[in-house]
Amino acid sequence: MRPAWFPVVLVVALAAALTFLTLPIVAIFVDSSPAQLVDALGERGALEALWLSLRTTAMALAIILIVGTPAAYLLATRSFRGKAVVVTLVELPLVLPPAVAGIALLAAVGPSGILGGAVEAAGIELALTTAGVVVALTFVASPFYVRQAMAAFAAVDRTLLDASRTLGASEARSFGRVMIPNAMPGLAAGTALALGRALGEFGATLMFAGSFQGITQTVPLAIYDRFSTEFDSALALSAVLVAVSAAILLSVKFVQGSEALGGAAS
Amino acid sequence: MRIVALVVAGAALALVACGDDDDGDATAAGEGDKPRLVVSAAASMTEALEECGPEFEHATVRLQFAGSDELAAQIRQGVKPDVYAAANTTLPEELKAEGLLARPVEFATNEFVLAVPKESEIRSIDGLTGDDVKIAIGAEDVPIGSYTRETLAQLRAGQEQAILDNVRSNEPDVKGIVGKLTLGAADAGFVYVTDVNGTGGELEAIELPAELQPSVTYGAGVVDGAKQPEQAQTFVDQLVDGPCADALEEAGFGPAP
Repeated sequence: MRPAWFPVVLVVALAAALTFLTLPIVAIFVDSSPAQLVDALGERGALEALWLSLRTTAMALAIILIVGTPAAYLLATRSFRGKAVVVTLVELPLVLPPAVAGIALLAAVGPSGILGGAVEAAGIELALTTAGVVVALTFVASPFYVRQAMAAFAAVDRTLLDASRTLGASEARSFGRVMIPNAMPGLAAGTALALGRALGEFGATLMFAGSFQGITQTVPLAIYDRFSTEFDSALALSAVLVAVSAAILLSVKFVQGSEALGGAAS
Repeated sequence: MRIVALVVAGAALALVACGDDDDGDATAAGEGDKPRLVVSAAASMTEALEECGPEFEHATVRLQFAGSDELAAQIRQGVKPDVYAAANTTLPEELKAEGLLARPVEFATNEFVLAVPKESEIRSIDGLTGDDVKIAIGAEDVPIGSYTRETLAQLRAGQEQAILDNVRSNEPDVKGIVGKLTLGAADAGFVYVTDVNGTGGELEAIELPAELQPSVTYGAGVVDGAKQPEQAQTFVDQLVDGPCADALEEAGFGPAP
């Protein structure tokens, strides 16, 4: 009998990965009792940070969906010269270190950035404001949605679109009635991924928008701020982020699961 | 069932392997020509210590910079650098009281100033109460932040409030304040004079009236449980007198009081 060493290697690798990846998360909950968590969350600053995170993430997501959906549709359904370059540029923030994103935003639309004068002339203030947080979140999170949306649109059966067009529907109507509903699971998954990224954003926000309670101090910044003196409160906020992120991930799995089932059925 | 047993065994193995790895690492460093000395220092000393760190004869110095309070929090969470050098004396004293730091010494002083971008219209602390002045200061727990609040508390209540109302960001360390100023996101901030010197003319330091200036004294000590306690003590001694003391002086720090 040949020794079955390969399956053992696989299982050991999985066990190692599992231990490494879950231990820190488990520690967050082990280190703090539920009562402590609730207490720490009752603190005004923590709730303010949560509320700010929710507001800014919602605004960023709205922008991402409104602009990203048609843009992804175009990239998924047309081919043109330089498309690969355009796709790469759109996806670039995905791999950019957050600190680079922060510096880049300051250099672009900060008060002394290349478009700083224009932004100021338009009466908009971004650096160190809540609007700046939204800009930072939109910048880092949009590629997660656009990528997923492109793949979702590209996967829609072209004959559906052709049928709709043959029946006399305009492209806009086909986009709304055929493409969006058929790409919905992918779009939802992309939305969830962008949501997760936006909620967790730290570096770009700190560098571009600063850290001020109620104005620019989102949950990750509040965690960092509390780390040195109010460890319990930092843990509590971390636990909330873990829970929310887990919920997002599960909903992605759920949506993708039903997508796969739908695919099998058709 | 077998799978579960395998996963559990694997997890145990992984943990053991991690432990092994740690030990291996320490031995490897010990067997090298020089031991490795980890120094956790306040962000405001970045330029000076990067200058003198490589010259330290008795060990290879690995420097890590952050807000003094963050570094102290790391030590309280069980991280063991060899040396802790803070931008105040309170944090080292607190750590000593908790049994985490040995014999802290005062090794340098700094000057607390108002910093503005060059060619700014703000010429004094009175210029900070204007309507559209944006101010970046240190967060409450980091030394630069507590010096700032201490200083502002000595002003008339109305002026103190007007200045605090213009604060747009509470930065986690002094580098964050400097960055906001050099990149134009903020119009003024409170930092140490050495930070302004480090910007090569991008920023200008405005001296505060003597009665407003807090005494800014830096303290350092050997972390309890340091891997290289002897070298750590030598490093701390040289912060008081030696190449690092010289580098600090060159960067604009004052001698220990």
